[in-house]
Amino acid sequence: MMTNTGNLLTQGQFSFLPPLTDKQISAQLKYALKNGWAIGIEYTDDPHPRNTYWEMFGNPMFDLKDPAGILMEINSCRKTFPSHYIRVTAFNSTRGVESPTMSYIVNRPKKEPGFGLVRQEGAGRHVSYSIHSYATDKPEGERY
Amino acid sequence: MSKQSKNPTSSDDTQIDLDAEFRKSNIKEVLDKLDRELIGLKPVKTRIRETAALLLVDRVRKQMDLSAGAPSLHMCFTGNPGTGKTTVALRMSEILHRLGYVREGHLVSVTRDDLVGQYIGHTAPKTKEVIKKAMGGVLFIDEAYYLYKPENERDYGAESIEILLQTMENNREDLVVILAGYKDRMDKFFHSNPGMRSRIAHHIDFPDYDADELVAIAKLMLAEQNYRFSPAGEEAFGKYIRLRMKMEHFANARSVRNALDRARLRQANRLFMGTKKALTKTDLMTLEPEDILASRVFLEGKPDSGSSAIPEAKEQG
Repeated sequence: MMTNTGNLLTQGQFSFLPPLTDKQISAQLKYALKNGWAIGIEYTDDPHPRNTYWEMFGNPMFDLKDPAGILMEINSCRKTFPSHYIRVTAFNSTRGVESPTMSYIVNRPKKEPGFGLVRQEGAGRHVSYSIHSYATDKPEGERY
Repeated sequence: MSKQSKNPTSSDDTQIDLDAEFRKSNIKEVLDKLDRELIGLKPVKTRIRETAALLLVDRVRKQMDLSAGAPSLHMCFTGNPGTGKTTVALRMSEILHRLGYVREGHLVSVTRDDLVGQYIGHTAPKTKEVIKKAMGGVLFIDEAYYLYKPENERDYGAESIEILLQTMENNREDLVVILAGYKDRMDKFFHSNPGMRSRIAHHIDFPDYDADELVAIAKLMLAEQNYRFSPAGEEAFGKYIRLRMKMEHFANARSVRNALDRARLRQANRLFMGTKKALTKTDLMTLEPEDILASRVFLEGKPDSGSSAIPEAKEQG
């Protein structure tokens, strides 16, 4: 990945920035809470961009007033999965919207091997491309 | 405790105007409101003033770079039913918010049902959920002694207490826990949970009201609902309260509220049955002695339960 010098996974918000500090995360959480969005914490070790279904850590959190409780939950997720990708999503349940409105990574493995480009030659001179995460060569749980 | 200032700009004799700080916090407004709207409760008010003073001084100290760590403000309110524990807890959250001790200043009021689960592994997430909701505010646990049931060793209440203790210790800046309950039961609860007792710095006892205070409370309650006593009505209510206080299941301000509700019922009935059909605003607002004297407290010498069969012992909530 020539354009991604840090060799970091760039998914969701703030992913080209240096990792967010807890204070910055709190500020973002506060913004979500102010808008009445439900906040969920998700983790995965399969960061393929098409993998939109990450595992949830605990239940989504509704009706909270203060980010401290969510930060507590994020930290306990970091403790349980220190070398997984962990992201925070905010879900807007307004009728007609009903979709995640924020999503950002709050924890990543120390070493991210990145993705390889796989070319498959088809009939004629047709080539199909796909990307493949090097990490997923290993079985689940042993990837990072 | 205090650390000597590292900041050269604030030397030992820099002055800070405590009065200005006091005005800025708007805390006077809240304390005055407390004085106005809560009758009696002398020890409670003194304690709240002291707490407010401590937090204010702490704030000034912080400006001078004298840090001393956040004081522990977990509280325990004990007192008989209807002495205003919940009302004060609500005020407390507002005061703590004004002083910047809690960030949001909301009150989450829970009982055993909201904290303790029904099967193994249910309690911890349930308690944590409640704690998360209360973060940045005040967690008010009513009738806290129900959390611990010594007669059943497999009860999940102990697990909930464990988690609460942990949060009370580790998240002191995020959460203030207020326990409330009747004095004797609370004492027993603390006796079997010494960890809980030592983590609560402020034990506040709510005294019972005397008759005059109860009449004053009644007048306040009526004013809120746009009613008032006629002079004779007030006298009758004074007599009613004195009789009622001696009877069983007397629940202080809560009994007053119920008595007033029944008096309103009788007043409506009197106006409806009466011959005078052209009513003035005063007629609609005033409670006359006959609305109060019709109570069973006077007629039969026992607490009346209105038209329903629910005894006043059920007065809770």
